[in-house]
Amino acid sequence: MSADGVDLKKRRMLTVATSVVGAVGAGYVVYPFLASWAPSEKAKAAGAPVEADISKLEPGQLLRVKWRGKPVWIVRRTERNLSDLAKLEDRLTDPASDMPQQPDYCKNQARARKPEFLVAVGICTHLGCSPTYRPDMAPADLGPEWVGGFFCPCHGSRFDLAGRVFRGVPAPANLVIPPYYYLSDTRILVGEDGGAA
Amino acid sequence: MSMLKWFDDRYPLTKVWNEHLAQYYAPKNFNFWYFMGSLGMLVLVNQILTGVWLAMMYKPDASLAFGSVEYIMRDVDWGWLIRYLHSTGASAFFIVIYLHMFRGLLYGSYRKPRELLWIIGVVIYIVMMATAFMGYLLPWGQMSYWGAQVIINLFSAVPVVGEELGVWIRGDYVVSDATLNRFFALHFLLPFLLAGIVFVHIVALHKVGSNNPDGVEIKKGPKGNRWSETAPADGIPFHPYYSVKDIAGIAGFLFLFAAAVFFAPEMGGYFLEHPNFEPANPLKTPEHIAPVWYFTPFYAILRAVPSFAGSAFPGVVAMGAAIVLIFFLPWLDRSPVKSIRYKGTLFKVWLAIFVVSFILLGWLGVQPATPVLTLLAQVCTFLYFAFFLLMPIYSKMDKTKPVPERVTK
Repeated sequence: MSADGVDLKKRRMLTVATSVVGAVGAGYVVYPFLASWAPSEKAKAAGAPVEADISKLEPGQLLRVKWRGKPVWIVRRTERNLSDLAKLEDRLTDPASDMPQQPDYCKNQARARKPEFLVAVGICTHLGCSPTYRPDMAPADLGPEWVGGFFCPCHGSRFDLAGRVFRGVPAPANLVIPPYYYLSDTRILVGEDGGAA
Repeated sequence: MSMLKWFDDRYPLTKVWNEHLAQYYAPKNFNFWYFMGSLGMLVLVNQILTGVWLAMMYKPDASLAFGSVEYIMRDVDWGWLIRYLHSTGASAFFIVIYLHMFRGLLYGSYRKPRELLWIIGVVIYIVMMATAFMGYLLPWGQMSYWGAQVIINLFSAVPVVGEELGVWIRGDYVVSDATLNRFFALHFLLPFLLAGIVFVHIVALHKVGSNNPDGVEIKKGPKGNRWSETAPADGIPFHPYYSVKDIAGIAGFLFLFAAAVFFAPEMGGYFLEHPNFEPANPLKTPEHIAPVWYFTPFYAILRAVPSFAGSAFPGVVAMGAAIVLIFFLPWLDRSPVKSIRYKGTLFKVWLAIFVVSFILLGWLGVQPATPVLTLLAQVCTFLYFAFFLLMPIYSKMDKTKPVPERVTK
């Protein structure tokens, strides 16, 4: 091909077309490398939502399930427990749950989708110990004003039965409420909010 | 001689030697501050050498990592020395580079025609920070773990895609074995990339020539010195003059470095933080999380900016902006002179304000956030940004002194 017969327009078109195809190819090559950074199937399985059957839970009872390596509590609260929540508010750090320690649908007094059942991550917000469930009324060690709640044995933090932290204890924030939703009246899925974020 | 000719016919051996060392003419008035570049390279070599050796004995596995570091410290012959050279080297690297950057501020080394040289340098600084951050996770102590958790959560604060981004970086929902494994691979890779960018930094330097404490362009001055008719009159060959000077600097540096390695490798909890002597525990947050000292100025800026609408993103943006602004320095400085020697009081005062705020921010970054300290951090953050953003104004208003034709003593 002689130099004066060069079709520059065609040559340019071919250069652009080749570059575009090359870039698409490079994109396909890059994808697996980036995608390999996502959680593996093993990690996903370990972090998968956990189903809990609450049909046999009696009022006042606590059920423990493990989700992402952390204990999650499900407590069936009594009528008395629920009516006590309002009375405690002036002794709490964050009674209205203003700190982002729960999904929006649990930003209410009971910190729950259905007031009867509390779902909370059982890790103290101070230094990560797991508090003890103390449903008993006015026990000797917790004083006459205790109406049931959670007590952290490590540094003495206290939480009410909605996981709200009392004032004057080391823990700075309420217990974390994980995302969850009701699969049916007796089954809860912890770890997903069923699209109702 | 014939041997050298054999090589020179096939490879530009003598040519490169002359162009970059024996016949590379640097200004004759370099002072103390000009040690830092070569010291930076020395420390990079130390980090790569000791790092490769540590990798021979270290296990990048969440269940073995902490134990393998203790194994290096107690059971491997001289393992403690290799590890302390590496951990002290990390802090030494940042000390040297902060001084190197400050030299640029003092003498206007970022000004035309050295803008690209400066930009490449800032890229080096950012890659260094990434490398150091990933390296700090590897001992898998409490501070490694929770520090990484906090820093990765910065990415999670990005609106919309943040949560996904955090999971993607960790490869899990929390910092885990997957995170440790990939950070180890990247921590091994990045220093070699760093060495590559340092090479590009030097190529850029040798294209435009070194600045000097007077901020005078020796290439624009008279020609002719003892070695060459055409070389700048104020230039001297890098080798042997500055190669020998740098060796003296290296000797001085090694005195201090060895003193730290042998007598204070933890530096009172600043080089190696105390909680890091406890293995990582995902269920137990340390009472007070602070990054290593070289990140604390930016960490303090992050904490100083209040969250907006329940999102920590504004703080993350401020922290990012604090670093990105450094890139724009060449265009923010409008002073007619380069060097601090000929700049006026206004610039000197602002530079002093900047240095004080930066050091204060560094101190605040390791303190718990009390209301008073947060207010102080906010003032320092404001001054940090003001130094950069007001520079086009005050550097122009500043009363400068006349710059001499030639470099001074």
